[in-house]
Amino acid sequence: MKQSTLIRLSPWLFTIGLLVIWEVVVRAFNIPTFFLPPPTAIAQAFVDYSGPIARNSWITLETTMIGFGLAVGFGMLLGLLVGWSRAIYAGLYPLMIGFNAIPKVAVVPILVLWFGIGFVPAVLTAFLISFFPIVVNVATGLATIEPELEDVLKALGASKLDIMRKVGIPRSLPYFFGSLKVAITLAFVGSVISESVASNYGIGNLMLQAQAQFQVPLIFAGLVALAIEGIAMYAAMAFLESRMTGWAQRSGFAQN
Amino acid sequence: MSGFVTLQGVDHAYGTSNTLAVQGLSIDVEEGEFAAVVGPSGCGKSTLMKLATGLQFPRAGTVTVAGEKVTAPVKIAGMAFQAPTLLPWRTTLENLLLPLEIVQPHRSELHRKRAEYIARAKNLLTSVGLRDQGDKYPWELSGGMQQRTSLCRALIHEPRLLMLDEPFGALDAFTREELWCVIRDLHAARKITVVLVTHDLREAVFLADRVFVMSARPGRVLVERKIDIPRPRDLEVTYTSEFQDIVHELRGHIVKARQ
Repeated sequence: MKQSTLIRLSPWLFTIGLLVIWEVVVRAFNIPTFFLPPPTAIAQAFVDYSGPIARNSWITLETTMIGFGLAVGFGMLLGLLVGWSRAIYAGLYPLMIGFNAIPKVAVVPILVLWFGIGFVPAVLTAFLISFFPIVVNVATGLATIEPELEDVLKALGASKLDIMRKVGIPRSLPYFFGSLKVAITLAFVGSVISESVASNYGIGNLMLQAQAQFQVPLIFAGLVALAIEGIAMYAAMAFLESRMTGWAQRSGFAQN
Repeated sequence: MSGFVTLQGVDHAYGTSNTLAVQGLSIDVEEGEFAAVVGPSGCGKSTLMKLATGLQFPRAGTVTVAGEKVTAPVKIAGMAFQAPTLLPWRTTLENLLLPLEIVQPHRSELHRKRAEYIARAKNLLTSVGLRDQGDKYPWELSGGMQQRTSLCRALIHEPRLLMLDEPFGALDAFTREELWCVIRDLHAARKITVVLVTHDLREAVFLADRVFVMSARPGRVLVERKIDIPRPRDLEVTYTSEFQDIVHELRGHIVKARQ
């Protein structure tokens, strides 16, 4: 088989391989379904509960995307601000690191206190957990402008805003789009955390209910639904990245 | 004597530091002259660049360019460095237009005169041997071609002063000599004042009308050497004994300066 075909097929081969091993191990060791269901049982649960899974997946996706959208807007603004001035950078950085270190699940009760259970705390958790990488990456892009280039432009009478517009922002775009891939997966983590603690909807809540009823295959089906959504959104971000910043990805390094 | 670029008794240190980068630095470059500044590493050559372009202001002494005391960035200057610092998301041609998007009066006329500016950029590219390369991205060009582009970018707004900070330092020997000739011809054709900071003595002697040798940090001018080799100079001149003698003499000064 040709090397390129092999590379194209390998994600499928690895996934199928994992599922086969899983199925075989569960059957060979007679592991009870309520402990670890085999892939076939999970697939069955997927079919049996396709209605609720689809409905709740949609809700989770919606929640995540709204939170993620907020994170993109806010993260970009804050990143520009932090990259703009060393004073703002010095002032905000410890605060942001401290904030990022807080487990977001610990923030959910406060959000519930303020907004009640349901949609809003889930959106906000998704937002809070995913804006940090965006800020850091945008700020890094701005902070790594070559000083010589800055000199060239300053000597021409460029203002700080000029340098930002002509160099800083285009330069930080690859960092920004790269951070979206991290942020979108984190946003899913955020919304599902909040849904499983404080909501009546969404995949997180579906899994919590399945657990209470001991429907272990359904729990796993929920996980699979999340993984699919995660992969789909990641792929969307990766596509966006390659479309918007193709100039930054000319290296063949990652393709080998 | 009042030259085009004049530094008089200049002391300078960066930030709040008390270590002087240059001390008692005086230099005088006439209009249309090609001046080269050489010296041991860390002697404040780059500080001289920053002072003369108004990116830094001296602690003591005065800097005048084109008869005016420097109190703001000098917009009649173009700069090029060892790294070509081209923007990878712009084509070569778009990179050349960057200064025109910033410096006045071109900035406000960019819309109206765009076609004229593009023609100017293309002419400039042709003059450094990059005809038809305008649509390529910087990373599609070789190191020497990138450096040519960087030179063009420094010249696009038709500056009266060209400041070069070791512009050929990262190139291989053959490409470097090629670019010496490019710069030599640009200087001859445009009659602009050039200040070249370099650590390559052959480069300095080949290109310059006068070579200034700087001392170790804090830098000042130790020796000023007029180069009388007639122009136009051919690369062959670098193999004559007259040329070698001057290089040798300058080398002696540098060795002394390092001690």
